[in-house]
Amino acid sequence: MSDSEETKKKAEPRKKTIDPAALEVLAKAEAAGISTVFSRVDEMKACPIGAAGSCCQLCAMGPCRLVGKGAAEKTGICGATHGTIGARYMVRAIAGGVAAHSDHGRDIARTLLAVAKGHAGSYQVKDTDKLYHVAEMMNIATEGREVNDIAADVAQKALDNFNGTAGDELTYVTRAPARRQEIWRKYGLVPRGVDREVVESMHRTHVGVDQEAGHLLDQGMRTSLADGWGGAMLATDLSDILFGTPKPLVSQANLGVLKKDEVNIIVHGHEPTLSEMIVAAAQDPELIEYAKSKGAAGINLAGICCTANEVLMRHGIPPAGNFLHQELAIITGAVEGMIVDVQCVLQALSPLAQKFHTKLITTSPKAKIPGATHVEFDEERALETAKEIVKMCIDNYENRGDVAIPEYTGDLVAGFSHEYINYMLGGRYRASFRPLNDNIINGRIQGAVAIVGCNNPRVTQDEGIIYLVHELIKRDILVVQTGCAAHASGKHGLLTPETMQIAGDGLREVCEAVGMPPVLHLGSCVDNSRIMTILSQVVEEGGLGNDISDLPVAAICPEYYCEKALAIGTYAAASGVFVVFGVRNPVADCTEVVDIMSNGWEQKVGGQLVFEPDYEKILEMVTGRIQEKRQALGIHEEKERVLFDMAARREL
Amino acid sequence: MSKIIATSVIAGAHQYVAEAEEAFEKAMDTAGPEATIELPNTGYFLPVIYGLTGIKVEKIKDIEQVLRHARELLPEGPAGRLWTPYLGTALDAGVATLFSCEIIESLRYLLEPDFYTATDSPTDDNLWLGAADDLIMRERGVEFVDGTAPGFAAITGAAPDVETAVGIANQLKQKMLYVFIAGKDGGVSFAEQLVEGGVDLGWNTRLVPFSPHVSGHIWSLGFAARAALSFGGVEAGDYRKVLRYNKERIFAFVLAFGEVTDRKYAVAAGAISYGFPTIATSDIPEILPTGVCTYEHVVSNVACEEIVNRAIDVRGLKVVVTEVPVPVSYSPAFEGERIRRGEYWVEMGGPKSLGCEFTEIAGEVEDGKVTVVGPEIGDVEEGSTIPIAIHAEVQGRKMQKDFEPILERQGHSFFNEAEGVLHMGQRDTVWMRISKRAHDAGFTFEHLGKIIHARYHADFGEVVDKVQITVYTKQEDVERVLERARLAYHERDERLGSLTDESVDTFYSCILCQSFAPTHVCVITPERPGLCGSYNWLDGKAAYEMNPTGGNQPVPKGETLDEDRGQWSGVNEYVKEHSQGQVEAFNTYSMMENPMTSCGCFEVISCVLSMCNGIMTVNREFKGDTPSGMKFSTLAGSVGGGVQTPGFLGHSRFYMGSPKFIAADGGIKRLVWMPKELKEEMREILEKAGERAGVPDLVDKIATEENGSEEAEVFEYLQKVGHPALEMEPLF
Repeated sequence: MSDSEETKKKAEPRKKTIDPAALEVLAKAEAAGISTVFSRVDEMKACPIGAAGSCCQLCAMGPCRLVGKGAAEKTGICGATHGTIGARYMVRAIAGGVAAHSDHGRDIARTLLAVAKGHAGSYQVKDTDKLYHVAEMMNIATEGREVNDIAADVAQKALDNFNGTAGDELTYVTRAPARRQEIWRKYGLVPRGVDREVVESMHRTHVGVDQEAGHLLDQGMRTSLADGWGGAMLATDLSDILFGTPKPLVSQANLGVLKKDEVNIIVHGHEPTLSEMIVAAAQDPELIEYAKSKGAAGINLAGICCTANEVLMRHGIPPAGNFLHQELAIITGAVEGMIVDVQCVLQALSPLAQKFHTKLITTSPKAKIPGATHVEFDEERALETAKEIVKMCIDNYENRGDVAIPEYTGDLVAGFSHEYINYMLGGRYRASFRPLNDNIINGRIQGAVAIVGCNNPRVTQDEGIIYLVHELIKRDILVVQTGCAAHASGKHGLLTPETMQIAGDGLREVCEAVGMPPVLHLGSCVDNSRIMTILSQVVEEGGLGNDISDLPVAAICPEYYCEKALAIGTYAAASGVFVVFGVRNPVADCTEVVDIMSNGWEQKVGGQLVFEPDYEKILEMVTGRIQEKRQALGIHEEKERVLFDMAARREL
Repeated sequence: MSKIIATSVIAGAHQYVAEAEEAFEKAMDTAGPEATIELPNTGYFLPVIYGLTGIKVEKIKDIEQVLRHARELLPEGPAGRLWTPYLGTALDAGVATLFSCEIIESLRYLLEPDFYTATDSPTDDNLWLGAADDLIMRERGVEFVDGTAPGFAAITGAAPDVETAVGIANQLKQKMLYVFIAGKDGGVSFAEQLVEGGVDLGWNTRLVPFSPHVSGHIWSLGFAARAALSFGGVEAGDYRKVLRYNKERIFAFVLAFGEVTDRKYAVAAGAISYGFPTIATSDIPEILPTGVCTYEHVVSNVACEEIVNRAIDVRGLKVVVTEVPVPVSYSPAFEGERIRRGEYWVEMGGPKSLGCEFTEIAGEVEDGKVTVVGPEIGDVEEGSTIPIAIHAEVQGRKMQKDFEPILERQGHSFFNEAEGVLHMGQRDTVWMRISKRAHDAGFTFEHLGKIIHARYHADFGEVVDKVQITVYTKQEDVERVLERARLAYHERDERLGSLTDESVDTFYSCILCQSFAPTHVCVITPERPGLCGSYNWLDGKAAYEMNPTGGNQPVPKGETLDEDRGQWSGVNEYVKEHSQGQVEAFNTYSMMENPMTSCGCFEVISCVLSMCNGIMTVNREFKGDTPSGMKFSTLAGSVGGGVQTPGFLGHSRFYMGSPKFIAADGGIKRLVWMPKELKEEMREILEKAGERAGVPDLVDKIATEENGSEEAEVFEYLQKVGHPALEMEPLF
């Protein structure tokens, strides 16, 4: 390699991110020789055997590598084919993801029960309307009953759903369109209990049990449905009951939300239970005074990952960034405390925090990190614990060293619960999804795409997400978002109503009429269940077929990295949605599995889970899908206006 | 909702809520919390508030909770940048506006007692009518039901000039629409422009001047709300259904002329929740995406020449207009027009002369031939009275003798729909006038024939192939025609009299009203006409022959399940199916057990007076109290909308003369009270019915409001006169 070539290569390193705030902090890290997830990913290539699903390490006869000449025909020592190995990988990943969301949901249910029984005084039922609504869905009587009695029954019913003692089917299965329920029943895909499906998945993927790819993947779908229409859906609904159902509010995103002269506290992780209390503690006048006594101008709370989404949706607390920002926030030197609970918390935070003054505080009894301070969260004394933690952070303010906060923020509007979307389309007296359906039918809106999921340092941060959001809204396709993907749009200013100016004419007209952004932030990753509810209600509203699989919609997870994403993608597909994941296909070598998840599922459940790293191709795939569905619905061409005479009115 | 519009709507709503609060305070101070607040003759309280919230505002103090709710609905306007969605909040502001407007305008009755005329047409010194009462709502409701009035235009502001205003009003009427007017622009109202243009205003001409204030459009929306409650059978407070009903079934829209102020925007936003879009002449932002309304929500910058057609298109309304070759405007909207003495060129028939119309099947018919025998209109002097006979001869393969009177009777509507032509009576009691204006426009007697020719083909094309008409205007010719016609009238009466429920095996349904009352089914038998009084069994039969897929269908009686109460298996099956399962069975001759349902168009309502062991019957025109403790309007609320209410029955006047009139409950002898006016109008029929029941002097034993409006008073009277009901088996 000549010198000039060497220079050229250095001058054009892999683009790590399109976020200017991240670039600024990464430059600082590089200069200081601090390792981050961005640098480590360059230092370690993904294992190519495992990356494509050719490695099985389920038992001590292996690990077996099905590679080399004639790889496709090779089997493991036990005889397992590529198909079996890939299917087992998928099912175990799904089970892992479902377990994560659902354990989160179960904790919310337990908190609700504790509240109802008077054991969690810091909390209360905030949204009684939603409680009544959920109770009704669960066939729990409400009339003449105390709120807490109803709440206790709702919480218990939720717990029964986890335990598998709620009956043969999860309660929320009936929220899906009738046609969808039929399909699930026909193929034995109706989940019976969240725990039961996870356990059965773990059993069936153990060596020597289920060894037929399609059969295994059916269990994968059933398990995933226990998330989307079970654990995650319950997590969303019960969180709304306890903490309030989101409605639109204004905030900002990115590292620029950290404040130079205030005690910066970051809540990171996933569950809203503790963060709700941190929000309350951070507004406590005594603690604010205390912070001032320590020389700070106040207490500034920000979030990362889905905890950020939970407190953004309900309180407007600004997100400091998405998954890949967790280390960067610490590197600013401005974070007094990072409070974490569960999921997506990098172990690297601990050694990193030690390089700065930041206190990393673990709080979940389920998750400890060596080197972090553990303050175990106890819902019976939730606010007290939260205040203790906030105080620790305030006390840490004086230990601050150099601070470099990148001055980048994006304005945003968040808070689109399915209840609010219903409301915003007609007001209290005419709330319905009718205007959405009408405008999809008349073509102003061509369809809707969910752009959800994670960041992954193996691809340029935010690039895929932002590209697809732009391209889709330009084509009159409404975009809904959750999770870290929503943060990406927030940071880049796409969650604002002004974004309608870059949307297509039809979508813009609708956004103008409603006053909404063309990109709607629906919440955290468990709130993907809101999308399921919305799709069901759109079907129910009528005019767009009888099932979710009839709708001109799709879902994309462009920068996925974790098992939870695979669980979500699978339940979306099993619900009839065309789902595309970016990054890479984890079972690329297992052609049988790839075929089942695309063609097989299309025929069986009307949805697909496919992998495509090229964003332009993803765009082509989802827009093609939407046009196909529009054609099938007969709404691809402009129709003559229907005028009503008396006979037509009688027919109504 | 564009942001500019949302901002204006919300600002306007804040003004209205504040104004309503002020009016409420004033009423509390001047009249006190216990003072009654009531709109003229309605059983629906303040109908918009009642329909949408279920709150019955009866006293001043009841307003407080409504205002609290209106306040709570009031949002802040959208931010300059980074706004949150405003459609939902602006629509909430619109609803808060409606509640406030209804409070403001209703309190006007109390605070400014002479502000509204409370009549159905303007008085000499006051143009503004105020709220429509239930009588008007029900009478007009029939037209909304059968499609002769598919909806209304709610006009605010003023046209650029008088001529344009008159032209637009005329166009709207030609499209058969009602025109509701409230609010001004630059101090001028559309209604005042019409008056200046010499146009008659009032409910009978379909041009209704509600109020000079735009908040007076609450009367338009109150009318619409009551339609849902009375005809749609929607429960008060079921706001979703009230509004959905209006979106789907009441084809109304707002026409905004001139400047659109914040307040007008706010009222228009309230109308949008009803599914009524706004079409404006000024250059305001548009809201084109659909959803809350069927199509666009706000369309602007529309030229006056195009506004009517544009509005109809935006509302999604199909108006089928029959082309009738006359030199005057022609539409059902002209039916109610009056032509007074001094306004007519010529009067025909009536009390001072002879008048007759006669339709019959003939052997030789030359289609389209119209002959005037005798003087034409040009030959008679202004203001004269002449005899007239209009003889229509028809031919058609499917024409039947039984259809002759049906066609003939339609002449009343057909003539009246021509602007400047007045028609009253039927058969040999015809009385017509042709206005000077129509004469000046070139209308002739020949056109009377052309109207019949065009309408027979348009409306009865299934049975009529050829029509020729001869108009006689000489005394001797008219006498000759009259003589022959009277023979035919007599024959028809005989034929109709011989038709009994037992003599036929098929009844006819009438579900015309299902465009309005989706679960109501009328079953018309020879001895029980439709409850609106407009359709008898022969009409049903003819309508079915003419349009086999229309609103009148044959109902085979099937097996007799209960002869006395009049229950048949075939009828039950039909009713169950077409009431969407709401009504499992009904008894044709009983009001006590499974009575027939009503749409809301009933001519009269009967209800049980238990102390008197009988029933009372009240007509919709009667506004006073009745011994049931309820006025007609309140009674109507409990029987309309397709629900079975034992002890209550909506029916036609004519049914009272039928031998089958509540035969299972004891028949006409149960009738103990009715308004005097109704009694006198029905005297002949009641006398015959009394005779048949063996009580020849029954009619004089029936109490009226003169004998008492309390049940105890009526009971006392019955004892005094020895009313037979007292001797009958207990009703319960």
